[in-house]
Amino acid sequence: MLGLDKKDTALLLAVAALALFAPFILNIFPQNTALAFFNGGYPDLMQRFVIFGIFAIGFNILFGLTGYLSFGHAAFLGVGSYAAVWMFKLLNYNIVPALVLSVIVAGLFSVLIGWISLRRSGIYFSILTLAFAEMSFRLAYSVLTPLTNGETGLQVYSNDPQILMGENGVTSPHLFGLEMSARATLDLGPWEFTFPVGYYLCAILMLISLYLAIRIFRSPFGLMLRAVKSNQQRMRYTGLNPKPYTLAAFVISGMYAGLAGGLLACMDPLAGAERMQWTASGEVVIMTILGGAGTLLGPILGAGTIKYLENVFSKMNEALLHSWFSWLPDFIETPLIWVLSKFTGEGWHLTLGALFMVIIIFLPGGLVEGGQRIGRLITGRSRKASDTATKPAE
Amino acid sequence: MSKSNITRRGALKTGAVAGAGLALPTIFTASSAAAFTNEPTGGTVTLGFNVPQTGPYADEGLDELRAQELAVQHLNGEGDGGMLNTFSSKALDGTGILGKKVQFVTGDTQTKSDAARASAKSMIEKDGAIMINGGSSSGVAVAVQGLCQDAGVMFMAGLTHSNDTTGKDRKRNGFRHFFNAYMSGAALAPVLAKAYGSERRAYHLTADYTWGWTQQESIAAATEAMGWETVNNVLTPLASTDFSSYIAPVLNSGADVLVLNHYGGNMINSLTQAVQFGLRDKMVNGKQFEIVVPLYSELMAEGAGENVQGVFGSMNWNWQLTDEGTKAFVKSFGEKYGRPPSNSAHTCYVQTLLYADAVARAGSFNPCAVVEALEGFEFDGLGNGPTLYRADDHQCFKDVLVMKGKENPANQFDILEVVEVTPRAQVEYAPDHPMFGGAEASLGECNSGA
Repeated sequence: MLGLDKKDTALLLAVAALALFAPFILNIFPQNTALAFFNGGYPDLMQRFVIFGIFAIGFNILFGLTGYLSFGHAAFLGVGSYAAVWMFKLLNYNIVPALVLSVIVAGLFSVLIGWISLRRSGIYFSILTLAFAEMSFRLAYSVLTPLTNGETGLQVYSNDPQILMGENGVTSPHLFGLEMSARATLDLGPWEFTFPVGYYLCAILMLISLYLAIRIFRSPFGLMLRAVKSNQQRMRYTGLNPKPYTLAAFVISGMYAGLAGGLLACMDPLAGAERMQWTASGEVVIMTILGGAGTLLGPILGAGTIKYLENVFSKMNEALLHSWFSWLPDFIETPLIWVLSKFTGEGWHLTLGALFMVIIIFLPGGLVEGGQRIGRLITGRSRKASDTATKPAE
Repeated sequence: MSKSNITRRGALKTGAVAGAGLALPTIFTASSAAAFTNEPTGGTVTLGFNVPQTGPYADEGLDELRAQELAVQHLNGEGDGGMLNTFSSKALDGTGILGKKVQFVTGDTQTKSDAARASAKSMIEKDGAIMINGGSSSGVAVAVQGLCQDAGVMFMAGLTHSNDTTGKDRKRNGFRHFFNAYMSGAALAPVLAKAYGSERRAYHLTADYTWGWTQQESIAAATEAMGWETVNNVLTPLASTDFSSYIAPVLNSGADVLVLNHYGGNMINSLTQAVQFGLRDKMVNGKQFEIVVPLYSELMAEGAGENVQGVFGSMNWNWQLTDEGTKAFVKSFGEKYGRPPSNSAHTCYVQTLLYADAVARAGSFNPCAVVEALEGFEFDGLGNGPTLYRADDHQCFKDVLVMKGKENPANQFDILEVVEVTPRAQVEYAPDHPMFGGAEASLGECNSGA
């Protein structure tokens, strides 16, 4: 279908089904039970899942295919957000011009940074991109405050021009009148499911992004990118110049990041400078590796895992742990909660760190490899047969 | 080139699937049976405490969380009741709020606008929080205040000192109990003029972001009105830890006072380094060189240790005050946690009580009713003396404390002493003051999310 082979079509359809039914899957525990805490099916988190999915898919085009490890991709995400919020400030809350501009601006910005950074490879490239991203963050945080509103974050004020805004224009981001914050709820006995408009818009864009990524992976251009990764020297000796290919991959992934940034602003019209900080750049690297670099599905899984940990584990405070384990005798409960509290609440980074280590050590191919191993265990197929499916990065 | 084989049947199928996918979300229509966002229907009501648990202000955040937990206990009638006994309004009776038991959820702002908004959103969308309280930085407070306004819940600001929070970024659903940079300037300047004379030359080091600028602007204006001269203002990046390159030029500039518009870890480092450079032992223009830290906090003073001795600053509240409200709060906080509360803990505790009280007086959780109950509300017994929640900008007006680092501290908590309690009249200003967004600043309409 659509120029994809059977396997890729199946993958795309599977992701589409997951995205469509996410409000059910993520709210699997009934309300008013203790387990409802683990539900992740509220609009903001679902939107983050797919938006960071787009970000990671784009990052994977650069890192997974060419092996160039960029530590500055958050800069493009941030630039995309700023562009989108400026469109809200100048035109009106329609998201179409905002998204178009955020992709264009992020693309131009990545041409500039890519042109300079790609003169080097390996660790030098990583350091250059890191430096550019930190520079962008500093600029956004203080120097360029008239443009970015500094620490507070760029937001829309009622006295902004908004020249396309009519008398009774919509005052939150919308797609030709369809508000992003609109949502429908479905009550089924003890379950409550929410279907936000913003989420479905992000999910559709994520599927389009994934489709494009699959086409790039399977195209001759994708093959060239893999050639860059395996041996640039050899590529040059055969008379090919790798630079245009790597630059194209860099710009494409920058535009993906810009789209993600623009969507973040469309779901919540505020752009904070922290979006560009090096930790945010590191996050997408971790997402991609956690899920499985060089695989199609990996980055989406990785993004989902990290955002889930960040938003759900970080809210597990000691009072909550006490309420869960109050049935245990005190001498077991107290030490148990002491240990658990180090990994939850403000200690969620520790959980992420431990998970990351386990995956890197035992599943170098990320979560995707884990899934494949489980699949093999169930079907009992030999290693060879499934090796053709998706190859993790080295 | 990859081969594309689109058939008519394939295209039709895809179109049908895509169409169904697009149409699905619109089949369900938005069902908003509730009168306002997160209307509490069961026997409980949920408050959201959004504080920094990681990052540079984590200490402040954890202290705020302690106070918020204490406030919830007192609202539910557990413990000794704390300030509920001294509060001038008697609408709260220790049975929760309007008979509903108070529950709370916590989140980590990481002192980042984005993360703070994400965690506030999850509290509102997932946990059904009806009020968000907290924040230890002005950028975060302004960002979360905007979010609460859009979502239709109340925002009771925690520690935020920038003029903007109730200035150009003021919102109808947001309220600030903490004082602001303008008040710091108005309270400090006369004390400084009295202690150091009116012919001083000040050199400012300012944290390079919104809060730093508004504070620098306020302090410079207030001291210049006393006859001081501002020699120079140097902006320092927020992430700096080494200020020696900024401090070295101070002595050659002919300045005889150094004003440090820094907070948290920045302030600890810059003050410590300035003292280590021996600035305070120098004589310039025939006068002793002095250092001023306009915004103090106990937790910062603890970090800077003996370097704060003799240094002037201002605070919203301090545990050493002797009024009944303060005594009751310090007692219940001390009994529970074994330490005196910081001024950020105090403001969060008071904000939680004020919210609960406003709901009880309004007889409704509807944010618009609560806003109405809080606007122009006058109260006493919460540690700051008679206080007014001004209706024009939702800023609390009350006395401001001028503090000084103690010369001979008795223990690790006894670092600061109260020099002067500046009366409220001296720190008041017009709602359309140019430092607060001028005539353009507006609260907008209240939003209940209906």
